[in-house]
Amino acid sequence: MKYAYFPGCSLSSTGIEYDLSTRETARVLGIDLWEIPEWNCCGASSGHLTDHLLSLALPARNMAIAEEAGLDVAIPCAACYARSKATELAVSNSAEMKQEIEEVIERKYEGKSKARALLDIIANDIQSEDVKNNVQKELKGIKAACYYGCLLVRPLAVGFDDPEDPQSMDNLVKSLGGETVDWAYKTECCGASCPTTMPETGKKMLERIFKSAKDAGANCLVTACPMCLNNLDMRQGQVEKAYSEKYDMPVFYFTELTGLAFGVEPTKLGLNKHFVDAMGLVNEVLKADGGRETA
Amino acid sequence: MNNIDLTGIRESNNEKLQEVIKESGGVRPEDCYQCGKCSAGCPAVFGMDNTPRQIMRFLQLSMVDEALKSNTIWMCAGCQTCTVRCPKEVDIARVMESLRVLAREKGYITEKSINLFHELFLKSVESTGRVYEMGLILGANIIGMKPLKDAEFGLPMISRGKLAIIPHRIKDNGEVKRIFENVRKRGAKV
Repeated sequence: MKYAYFPGCSLSSTGIEYDLSTRETARVLGIDLWEIPEWNCCGASSGHLTDHLLSLALPARNMAIAEEAGLDVAIPCAACYARSKATELAVSNSAEMKQEIEEVIERKYEGKSKARALLDIIANDIQSEDVKNNVQKELKGIKAACYYGCLLVRPLAVGFDDPEDPQSMDNLVKSLGGETVDWAYKTECCGASCPTTMPETGKKMLERIFKSAKDAGANCLVTACPMCLNNLDMRQGQVEKAYSEKYDMPVFYFTELTGLAFGVEPTKLGLNKHFVDAMGLVNEVLKADGGRETA
Repeated sequence: MNNIDLTGIRESNNEKLQEVIKESGGVRPEDCYQCGKCSAGCPAVFGMDNTPRQIMRFLQLSMVDEALKSNTIWMCAGCQTCTVRCPKEVDIARVMESLRVLAREKGYITEKSINLFHELFLKSVESTGRVYEMGLILGANIIGMKPLKDAEFGLPMISRGKLAIIPHRIKDNGEVKRIFENVRKRGAKV
């Protein structure tokens, strides 16, 4: 199984754990990731809020390079995935748009190379038996609120799961031996860049997500989006302060939990890089399964 | 509240309304039957001066300037909840996006900090091919006159290897710069 790999900007900086854990998880599952050489930013989300054609053209250059190599594109970041998929669909659905985009990027792109969300590949393409066969440490003690956010499930043409009650990530976590909770905010928006540009509005959007996850009995959140993770992890302390609440809710990328269950060293997955301490819960999981302490 | 001459507005604003419809790829405001499901589910509605339903109503009445000047189109996070839930399949999120594009063109920028963020973001993409997050955060804070906003995260981010001190520049023989030039030639205000 070989894919062109589009990490996107966040995965080389604020979302570095997502890149580390993606590569480790792919290695165990035998997914060959070929990083698109000299890829450019997909423009999410500033591009499509500024100009429609620009928002389609920026991802198109990356897709064109992948198409030349004859590969579909594996994309971990939910926002990069949504923008790249929108480009693929625009090119496939309209010959006129295809021509305009090709003129703008000065490359050929026919929509043959498909944008695929990494979560979709790992949770849906790969048989859960194959995932289970690689589990070395079951995720005992994990009670996950799987948080899909917006861009993996909406709009319908882009999403690969139910837009109101998706299950891909829940099923994956269960295959890894963890528990998941039913909760109401799994596809609610985290505010995207709102917590940066409009802090008070952003904090309120985040507070509802923490509260709902906690009330449902979760002890962690799991996500597939670097922007969601940053909002939920880095800003959790700010929200706790503003609302005089304590959540203590570590936030994981689904690839971190997958890698952990596959027996990869936590530091190789970037689990020590979080703002809300994740190593406490990680060590509980490792101990419960008879693993060794790695803090 | 003042009386509004709706018949007159409808005639004099028809051109503006057509502009919105064109920018949104053909969304028809009259399809909306004002049920309000978009607004009930909108996660950012509490920060908006008009609900998404009211924006659709403005368009139905050709009150385009009212829609363009509303902070609603800037508060919209683009989460698409309204669009997937609309029983009439109106792409409301795309309408918000289109109104924002047109508001920028016409100089109605109700939420300057949000606009500044997106402008700096794209400037970074144009000059290096990627987003340089450190520059984006510092730039937005300095120009936005809030130099210490979120400063508490700076050092922890750097110590975790999450913020580069120097931007990464891709080797693309100017391809990304030409993408920006080519969309400008086609009328984009970027």
